[in-house]
Amino acid sequence: MPAPYDLNDDTVVVIIGTGAGGGVLANELAQKGVSVVALEAGGRYVPDDYINDEWDSFGQLAWVDPRTTSGDWRVAKDFSGLPAWIVKAVGGTSIHWAGASLRFQDHEFKALTTYGQVPGANLLDWPIDLKEMEPWYDLAETKLGVTRTGDRAGLPGNNNFKVLEAGARKLGYEKVHTGRMAINSAEYDGRHQCMQTGFCFQGCKWGAKWSSAYTDIPRGEATGLLEVRDHCHALKIDHDAGGRATGVTYVDKAGNQVTQKARIVCVAGNSIESPRLLLNSASDMFPQGLANSSGQVGRNYMRHVTGSVYGIFDKPVRMWRGTTMAGIVQDEAHHDPARGFVGGYELETLSLGIPFMAAFLDPGGWGREFTTALDSYENMAGLWIVGEDMPQETNRITLNHAVKDRFGQPVPDVHFTDHPNDVAMRNHAYQQGKAIYEAMGATRTLPTPPYPSTHNLGTNRMSDDPRLGVVNRWGRTHDVENLYISDGSQFTTGAAENPTLTIVALAIRQADHIAGEIAKGAL
Amino acid sequence: MTLTNRSTLTRRELLARSLAAGATFAVGTGFVAARDAAWALEVTHLKPETMATLIQMARDIYPHDRIADEFYAAAVKGHDTAETAPTIEAGIASLDAAARGKGFTSYLGTGWERDRVDILRGMEAGEFFQTIRGGLVTGLYNQKAVWPLFGYEGESFSHGGYIARGFDDINWI
Repeated sequence: MPAPYDLNDDTVVVIIGTGAGGGVLANELAQKGVSVVALEAGGRYVPDDYINDEWDSFGQLAWVDPRTTSGDWRVAKDFSGLPAWIVKAVGGTSIHWAGASLRFQDHEFKALTTYGQVPGANLLDWPIDLKEMEPWYDLAETKLGVTRTGDRAGLPGNNNFKVLEAGARKLGYEKVHTGRMAINSAEYDGRHQCMQTGFCFQGCKWGAKWSSAYTDIPRGEATGLLEVRDHCHALKIDHDAGGRATGVTYVDKAGNQVTQKARIVCVAGNSIESPRLLLNSASDMFPQGLANSSGQVGRNYMRHVTGSVYGIFDKPVRMWRGTTMAGIVQDEAHHDPARGFVGGYELETLSLGIPFMAAFLDPGGWGREFTTALDSYENMAGLWIVGEDMPQETNRITLNHAVKDRFGQPVPDVHFTDHPNDVAMRNHAYQQGKAIYEAMGATRTLPTPPYPSTHNLGTNRMSDDPRLGVVNRWGRTHDVENLYISDGSQFTTGAAENPTLTIVALAIRQADHIAGEIAKGAL
Repeated sequence: MTLTNRSTLTRRELLARSLAAGATFAVGTGFVAARDAAWALEVTHLKPETMATLIQMARDIYPHDRIADEFYAAAVKGHDTAETAPTIEAGIASLDAAARGKGFTSYLGTGWERDRVDILRGMEAGEFFQTIRGGLVTGLYNQKAVWPLFGYEGESFSHGGYIARGFDDINWI
């Protein structure tokens, strides 16, 4: 039956969230003839609507519903109500992401086996490996138009990249290039080539960067089988006496609480809201929260080992010009415990405009140490650290019953404390970043602490063992057979790579699996 | 910001109606101005002396020697509301008390930046300081008019991005 669908239509797959996971899953299922209702908490924007202004764009796109923070991380002190910088809109955080599209390395799917037991870490191997994921990565790279894959050329290097590249080579690094980016180096798939505008984080007004907002979502809708309902905030997943999911109760655009019946429910609300929704769906049958017999829902929250290094030079760089993240050093991405930590990290170009630089360079900082750095803004180059952080059971999303959102539901508390391995890795990366810029004659280098999380991972982890993980190898929850997790919360471990490509590859794979189960009559 | 139009308040008139507040500001009934009357800011809820102190405090927190006072005035103008005025008056009173505790007549009576920074260090953990500092992060740095002073070019889409405007023009690598 074609869209739009009736609330009582229990043949539809209901997907909560329309970002890299949910948006892709919705389109892939619709392309396979499956009826889909996608619920999106945010509004709908097209590239023309995006704003080349950091705070105005933040006001337009960011998820700023109330959240609380705890733990030792500095974000809890400096941005206590903003643990994550993610998007509330059709297309989700695929509007905001920088486009870096890297495959995981094989050993990263086998973190426990490769790294061994790390005290305090809840390491686990994924139930899948690179070999299994390769065909799905191929499809994801083709969908996103990733540069330096297939026959797609790399992006040209901007000023910020040129400083990074030359400094890295002086240090002897060899795997240095303008990245594998889901940003067109030439027109591709009906999308414009990159015009080196900057403002990648604010939504690409050219559509040169892939986002589900203007690719998968409209294509899914064009099949007539996908209905996207924006401004619809999911409250809980309903189930029957047999423990099967029966639908999703949500507040619709008009403010009414309604329930959409479903044959299958897929949760793709990012790693804070997805576990929150499962926990808020607790019932007499599932008192710990839905799909939480393992007790792992909300646990193992990962956010990557991050941080930035900015180098100041005696001559201009103008780092904000051009593609924000088209520049990478991959020589530290391998596993080599001789460095004093397990796992590896990437170094990627990054720049912020003056408004966000003032907010994030040294949150809380003031006086001339702070302002003289900004005075040299034009002469700054910047890089971002993306490294594998350790999953820890105590880093977790819980319900904060003391604080309620506008629907009366407890808000998520995001608790995070660095593992000693995370600290050792970050310090190593800070030193290497500093060395890169000093090799180019930097007169001053500055370490910047992690920003509110953009990579939120692991809170509904994947494992074949239902005691250790929330979902199986297909992202299907162990406890509820017609309930799936379709975002980065299913990551067993975080790897060193930006997560979106893997989220997309898993979504394409999951769509294939779900369509197969439906065709078999198994769901 | 609501800067008084200089054509309606001449330099002579302004200075005739004002008293010096510290080295850089003139204050009169309902306004704070630059000593040379290059700009003037109307205040409706705060005492003009309070606003003058607040502008100096803003500069001392985020000192950029190439950024004129009027941008700092614009950055703190938002504190001049009926709702916030009592808190700000109390905060500035405590700032002046701290200055007197160090032997000065007031915060603006200190004369040197290092003395004022010393006073601010003593209250940086307090709520008042953090309210002012936090407000400046957007109040000062999100003023489009100050961006060029940092070299920042802002919006670029309408100019076709930088593909033909120097995204890779670095010449010293």
